[in-house]
Formats: sequence, structure tokens, C-alpha cells
Amino acid sequence: MADLAPLRDALRAVGADPSLVLSPEAAHVVAYGHHVVSVQSVPGVIVLAERERDAIRAEVTVVAGARLAQPVHLCFGLFEPRGIQNVRLALVMERDARATFWSHCLFPLAEQARHAMDATIRLDERAELVYNEAHYHGLSGGIEVLPVARVSVGRRARYRADFSLVSGRVGRLEIDYTVEVAEDGVAELTSRVHGRGEDRIAIREAVHLNGVRARGLVKSRVAVEDEASAEVVGATFGNAAESRGHVDCLEIVRGNAKASAVPEVRVTHPLAKVTHEAAIGSVDQKQLETLMARGLSPEDAADRIILGMLR
Amino acid sequence: MVNMLVDIRGLRVILADRPVLDGLSLEIAAGELHALLGANGSGKTTLACTVMGCAGYAPAAGEIVFDGERIEQLALHERARRGITLAWQEPARIEGLRIGEFIRTGAPAADAEAALAAVGLDPGAYLQRMLDRTLSGGERKRIELAGALALAPRFAILDEPAAGIDLLSIDEIVSVIEAIRAKGAAVLLITHEEAIAGRAQSASQLCGGRIVCRGAPREVIANYKARRCARCDGATCGYG
Repeated sequence: MADLAPLRDALRAVGADPSLVLSPEAAHVVAYGHHVVSVQSVPGVIVLAERERDAIRAEVTVVAGARLAQPVHLCFGLFEPRGIQNVRLALVMERDARATFWSHCLFPLAEQARHAMDATIRLDERAELVYNEAHYHGLSGGIEVLPVARVSVGRRARYRADFSLVSGRVGRLEIDYTVEVAEDGVAELTSRVHGRGEDRIAIREAVHLNGVRARGLVKSRVAVEDEASAEVVGATFGNAAESRGHVDCLEIVRGNAKASAVPEVRVTHPLAKVTHEAAIGSVDQKQLETLMARGLSPEDAADRIILGMLR
Repeated sequence: MVNMLVDIRGLRVILADRPVLDGLSLEIAAGELHALLGANGSGKTTLACTVMGCAGYAPAAGEIVFDGERIEQLALHERARRGITLAWQEPARIEGLRIGEFIRTGAPAADAEAALAAVGLDPGAYLQRMLDRTLSGGERKRIELAGALALAPRFAILDEPAAGIDLLSIDEIVSVIEAIRAKGAAVLLITHEEAIAGRAQSASQLCGGRIVCRGAPREVIANYKARRCARCDGATCGYG
């Protein structure tokens, strides 16, 4: 196995336990830049990864009926100030498979770096996937991160994705996720991002409820301060009878930061229903005063509220 | 002579060009539970927010003296650090904040489990729950009161603590209020519940921005229900 020390250090720095991530019982793929460092399959999970000319190509299949006790870990990153990492990920959850994935995207030293992820995720009938994506981009803000995902959620399948980038700097982030949900399927997408300095955040998450009784939730929690900016588009399309969707966007703005929230909801079937709510502005005064009435300074109260929102 | 912990003199508060409090004076001693009655819109919550120092409630005139110190220029959190707290009429929900964390905010050594149990909530079910909109109004009110209890304040302003609480649990709420008072706190209890107001040591009636009647709770309640009011002849403040 190649040198995993940089990954271990970075995981510890973000509060993760390297021994769990790299456990012999857990499937994983580890790649630094375009160098595949470690690949591990376990019963029920087939992991393949190889270097292509300008990218890492990873394929992960959780076989039909597999119920994974340990999460699958996808560890991508750069451990030097400059570099490019392109990842092409194909993830398949076969029928009745159930798994949790942790995608650790770590760029602790990035000063002039770029990470682009192009993911295709397929959930077959009754499969269940929890996909947690935790990013750490270091403190310089000199990174571009461009994750794109196309997800198909099969009949009676359940997909829950949670994107988190709440410590350090963001740099430039452009999330573009599209999810198609079949009959009785469920998709829940949550993104939590905290921008500072000159960070630029653009999030577009769209859920297409194509099957009867499909359900979707698009939830975003974004805080921006200093000179940072955020543009969030949460979209839900009700295309089938009894499909139900909701878009829930909350953004807190401090300092000279700027933010926009655009909930996009549309139905193309008379029995579909989609709703949205969006709140954008400074920290809620009532929440602030509730904590100040317990002795917190205005600054500490605001920090506590933002921390909670991003939890 | 009783030393008054809270001494409000000639308080005038103008909201949207209307004097909501207009020369209000009120004294409360340490260890005194004082009930404040008044019709909807009479200024009870405005008084609570003004004494606490909430944004938009700066007095146009008058003094708020706490433990011998004028506090009307102090920020809200500075008043809190002196021992004043407010249990809100409509408490805020805060996403991502656990109930146990909320109760220990400002009171890190507090027994959050005991505080929850005191208001009739199972600590095992609530300590780790979020203080968010999944809570009912009644649950949130109980947590607010548990939070006030945990702080062990010197002056607690309780704005309608029994609103939204089921009838069977009113005694628990009264017990918690009494527990706050028993630790030596002055308590300003804003309430529409006769059964709760009747447990206070003193009471007053607010109308037209002033205290129009002060005395034993039974007398003030009777006065209020009889629409006896020197200021408005009962037209504004009477229960009817």
C-alpha cells in the first residue's frame, strides 16, 4: 500500500478517524491528484479505480442485496499547494443494496488547485444510499471545486445526500447535482456551506419527481461573511401523480457578503405538488436575542446560530 | 424597609408613534413573585422587552434600576450577565441547537436533566433533540421555562409561561415558577391565567401604558374582572 500518511494527517485535521476510514473491513478508494494510492473491495462491494490520461476513474458497485455494516470511503484530494484532480465516478447500488458512503475531499494545502468531480450514481429498485460528502479546502481560498452529479433513483429506492464544507475557506465552489426519482422513490439533498473572505459559492440542485408518489427534498444552508458571495438554486419538478417535493433554502449574510436564493418549483402533472420556502438575510433577531438573554454577546450568539444552521 | 431589586420609574416607550408605556412605575423585591395583568395590547410584552433591552424597545423616558444600577443604557446581554433573563411569550426555534445545549447556554454547570424534568419533559427524549420547529408550542414553552430555571436568574421576566400548556400540567409550571422565586429571584409574571396569578405575592394591572392598580393578587384580579380602572373605566382593560 502506498503512503497514506498525508491522508491520515488530513483526516485527523478535519476530525475524522483514519483508522475507521482505512479499516480492513471497509471498502475504499484513495487518490491523490491523478495517482491512485489505495483501492480496497470487501464482500458486497466491488471497487475499481485507475488513472486515465487526465483523470481518476473510479467504479464502485454495491451488489444486489448487500447490507453494508461499514461505510464505503472515497478519499480524494491534493496534498500540495498546486495541482489538478479530475475524478470520474460511477457508483451503482444494485437492487436491495443498502450502504452509507463517505466522500472525503481534502485539499488542506491548496493555493492554486482545481478539483472536478463528474459522478454518475444509480440506485436500482429498493436500494438505499446515504452519501455524505465532506470537504476541507484549507485556509488560502485558492481552489476551484466543481462537483457535478447525475443521480437516478429507482423504484422504491431511497437516496440521501449531504454535502458539507463548513470549516476553512471555500475558494470557488460550483455544485451541479441533478436527481431523477422513479415511482415511490425518495431523494433528499442537503448542502451546508460557510463562505468567508472572497469565496464564491454557486449551488444548483435539482430533483425531478418522475414516478408516481416520488418524493424529494432540496435543502440548503449557507452562511457567507466578509466579501464572500453565494448563489443557490434549489429546484424541484413534480412530473407524476402524487409526487411531492419541497425546496428549503436558508442563507445568512454578514459583513459585505452577498447572497441570492432562487427556489425553482414546477409541476407538469395536475396531481403533483411542490412547495418552497426561502429565507435570506442577517441572523434572525429573535434567535439572537434569545441567546443574548442567556448572556451571550451578539457575536457569540450569531456564531452559535450559524454553527447550528450548518450542523 | 424592603429593598427593591427592580425599580422602574416613569417608563415611557413609544412604538410606531404610539406611547405603549406611558409613565409606568413598578417595583419588585428580591424573592417576590409579582403578577402583571392587562388586556391584549396593553403593553405587557413591551414592558418585558424594554426591561430586557431588546432591539427597538429603547425607552423615551424613565429609569430602569436593577440592584441599585440604572440599566437602560446596557445592551441586552449585559443585562443578562447581571442576572436578568426573559422567557419569551413566543420563544424562538434555533435550528441545529440541541435542547440540552440551549439550557446550558449561559449556565454551563446547570443540571439540564433536572430542569427538563421539572417542567414535565423526559430528559432522555428531549436533551438531544433540536430546538427547532419539530417542537410543539407547548413543548417549546416548557423548554423556555426550563432554560430560565437553569440560569438561576436574579430577575426573571416570564411572559405568559403557561400559554399553550395543557390544563393538567399547569401545576408543574407553577412549581417551576415558585422554584425560580424560591432561590431569591424577583419574578415578573405576565399572565392571563387567574389560577397562576393567584399564586403570586403581589400583582398589578396595566392599562393605557401605566400601572392602574397594585395590591394582593386576589384584589387586583377582582378589580380587573370588575372592569374597575381609574384610567379607562374598564373600557380597555376589562375581561368582561
